[in-house]
Amino acid sequence: MSPNLVIAPSRLFVARRRALSLSGAVLSAGAVALLGGRDAMAAGKKATAAELEGDVRILNSALGAELEAIAAYQVGAESGLLSAGVLPVAVQFQGHHKEHADALAATVKKLGGTPVAAKSKYAFPTDKLKNQNDVLRFAAGLEKGAISAYLGAVPLFTDRALSQVAASILGDEAMHWAVLRQVLGESPAVPSAFMS
Amino acid sequence: MRRRAGEAAVVLAALVASAQAFAAPDAAALQRGEQVYARCAACHSIEGNRTGPQHCGLFGRRAGTAPGFAMYSQALRDTRIVWDARTLDHFVQDPMKAVPGTAMGYAGVKDSKERSELIAWLQEATQPGKTCRLSSRP
Repeated sequence: MSPNLVIAPSRLFVARRRALSLSGAVLSAGAVALLGGRDAMAAGKKATAAELEGDVRILNSALGAELEAIAAYQVGAESGLLSAGVLPVAVQFQGHHKEHADALAATVKKLGGTPVAAKSKYAFPTDKLKNQNDVLRFAAGLEKGAISAYLGAVPLFTDRALSQVAASILGDEAMHWAVLRQVLGESPAVPSAFMS
Repeated sequence: MRRRAGEAAVVLAALVASAQAFAAPDAAALQRGEQVYARCAACHSIEGNRTGPQHCGLFGRRAGTAPGFAMYSQALRDTRIVWDARTLDHFVQDPMKAVPGTAMGYAGVKDSKERSELIAWLQEATQPGKTCRLSSRP
């Protein structure tokens, strides 16, 4: 653990769990899915079939990445490299990705598309994961990539409600990334005012 | 004599400018290019197919033909794009405009300097057998 940490990771995680359990201002996966397709189906705002198909393609790309993230956290959780304090948080983050995947899949279906399925096998760099920090750094890389991917998707949706869904997920992934950086002792944990 | 010296100076300046244009990017630029590539990490890696195709062997490859990757859009398969610095620059700036129907739902890297550094880094990092290992796994 970095000697520069202001808050010990174990305390941070306890505080975060408590904050999450007390928070009522969250959207369920079902509620998020309901947001999607609202504009596209509203009278007077008819999206073309091609535009809807475009939205479905973007959602399916995001779904593919979420399914991979779920598998990646599973590898981390089963690695035996995560401490007793970190493991529950990794599992919790994985749970968030499952909720994202459920919401995205439901929205794809709602728009008439077919959600992509998880791959039977993912090729993760397991030979490079030797300790907890390796696992967390790997997870942080995926989370950062996900933030950029959602950021790049937000302006593209024809259905603006889907932009809201993507932004909602982006916010969650950004929190994951910041927590992982904090635990890794990377300073500053939040490196800049803007993401790209 | 003075005129000849002036002409020589102009030629020298042109040569220097030309050499700079084709010079290998410096380490700092490559590092920035790698940082730009981190934005792609949700879907892509250099080695191995993921939600998006592997980038090892990218340069000189026809779009839609990465070994083992089967999830290309028909739109990308139908293009006759061969990836090089110019085609990548055009695509990465705005993928959905460059290839309508692409599965890559990403707004693009809008800053030309960032694209140039990204592409320079990719040119270094995607050389099969030299800087990366090509995979045939899906």
